[in-house]
Amino acid sequence: MEQIEFFPLGDSGIVVKLGDTIDQTTQQNVQALADHLEQHPLPGMVEFVPGYTSVTVYYDPVSWYDPREADSPYDRFKARLARQLVSIRAEEQSAPRLIEIPVCYGGVFGPDLPDVAAYHGMTPDEVIRIHSGQEYLVHMIGFAPGFPYLGGLDKRLATPRRQSPRTAIAPGSVGIGGEQTGVYPIESPGGWHIIGRTPERLFRPEEQPPSLLRAGDRVRFCPIAEEAYEQRGRMGT
Amino acid sequence: MSIELLAPGLYTTVQDLGRYGYQRYGVIVGGAMDTLAMRLANLLVGNEPNAAVLELTVKGPVLLVHQDLLLAVCGADMQPTVDGVRIRRNRPVWVKKGSTLTFAHARTGCRAYLAVAGGWDVPLVMDSRSTNVRAGFGGAEGRTLRAKDRLQPGKPSELGLLLGEQLKAKSKARNADCCEMDWFVPFHVFPYPKEAVVRVMRGEEFAYFSEASRRQFFATPYRLAAQSDRMGYRLDGPELALESPLELISAAVSAGTIQVPPNGQPIMLLADRQTVGGYPKIAHVATVDLPIVAQLRPGDRVQFQEVSLREAQQALYKQESELRQIRLGIEINAGRR
Repeated sequence: MEQIEFFPLGDSGIVVKLGDTIDQTTQQNVQALADHLEQHPLPGMVEFVPGYTSVTVYYDPVSWYDPREADSPYDRFKARLARQLVSIRAEEQSAPRLIEIPVCYGGVFGPDLPDVAAYHGMTPDEVIRIHSGQEYLVHMIGFAPGFPYLGGLDKRLATPRRQSPRTAIAPGSVGIGGEQTGVYPIESPGGWHIIGRTPERLFRPEEQPPSLLRAGDRVRFCPIAEEAYEQRGRMGT
Repeated sequence: MSIELLAPGLYTTVQDLGRYGYQRYGVIVGGAMDTLAMRLANLLVGNEPNAAVLELTVKGPVLLVHQDLLLAVCGADMQPTVDGVRIRRNRPVWVKKGSTLTFAHARTGCRAYLAVAGGWDVPLVMDSRSTNVRAGFGGAEGRTLRAKDRLQPGKPSELGLLLGEQLKAKSKARNADCCEMDWFVPFHVFPYPKEAVVRVMRGEEFAYFSEASRRQFFATPYRLAAQSDRMGYRLDGPELALESPLELISAAVSAGTIQVPPNGQPIMLLADRQTVGGYPKIAHVATVDLPIVAQLRPGDRVQFQEVSLREAQQALYKQESELRQIRLGIEINAGRR
């Protein structure tokens, strides 16, 4: 890893910036650092959050404070983190998982599918074919519990957000907003076009970890029929 | 053996110090807004700092106590009474089974904390007892408390039992249903100010703001807008503008991060903040001052004052040392040292 920059995030966080653009090398470095911190937590580290181009590490400044020293807990924690970074090797990185997410496109579950198709001058089936023909990368989880920031939406499907956002979108709804696509894990308001729904639960508070997806995962959406959706829903998967 | 809510108050939730380790799954931290008052309340009843307390907001609840109980109230002054008799904040209080504990509107401050010996015994979800209202889990069934809810205290510590026995004996001698310690911790006994000076550090994008905006941010106080809650405070005041447009990639944020959306009105992120944000960060509130911020209400004002990262961390260390002293003092007063 070259060209690493550090920034403080307030007095209890540090941003390890691993690149300026959203690309594969940066993503791999983010993943390698996240995997490393998972296996080798630093003393006084509270937690870490992988992002598009950085990993944010939260630490306890009190445990890194030394009244006899002139440098700050930030300086000391940063030095420790920098030393640790040297020892990270690409082979430590876990192999990316491929997660298949079944989606029932259109109908009551995807009320905006016709609009999205019309906007691009396509048929609904073409939209489904493009959306499910792509492999997506989970850059980070955020916004809502279990919500994946996915990279890889085909530019042909990029659609401006709805004029008026919905006040409540059902959990499992699959949407397109601008150049992004994603799945709403819990009921929330939102301005994305809803093109389908998955019976899969993305947020599972009773499980460890509580999220179906994690940063670094690969995702593929698989079209399913309404009957299959109902069946999966009943099975509680 | 429990307590029962006769009236829920405005926004009463179970909180501990927060849910850490799950932000990378998009799970918010939550936890008590004023962690100083919250930890103090726990220390006063012999609890670990992270024990679950009730966070009361602006108007507190009315509780029927179905068992003898050692409790402490810290934070906003909601003029608590036991069967009509005023009890004081910042000290251990013992109440007899069958008493009614009533909180009124906060006279000063915004949030009060009710700790009981043993902490509130609600299930751990992802290592925390904090309530995540939006996602609907943690605390009491993932929601604010309602009338008729019942809550159970956990097992008191040795210190909690000792303090309880001392007060029980004292109340027997006086033939009283409620009794408080003569000693208290000299913390937060001042009225919370309506205009607070809050220390901040520069944010990552501070330098990208126009010179006028950088000056304005520190020159004029900002007022808390009506849409200010546990998630964050919207601040009304001089508009802040970037020198030139800036495309930012969403990334993790922190408690106290002050970000500026395109409308130029800053937002201060607090306990229930989302885990990531994409707006330019002009500053971060020093962790040591978040408890002061937590006691502000819509309409109150904040004046930002710049400190270095080192000063902010030093101030936090000093506050932690004071808390350790208080803990020691409580043990000495209880006769354990």
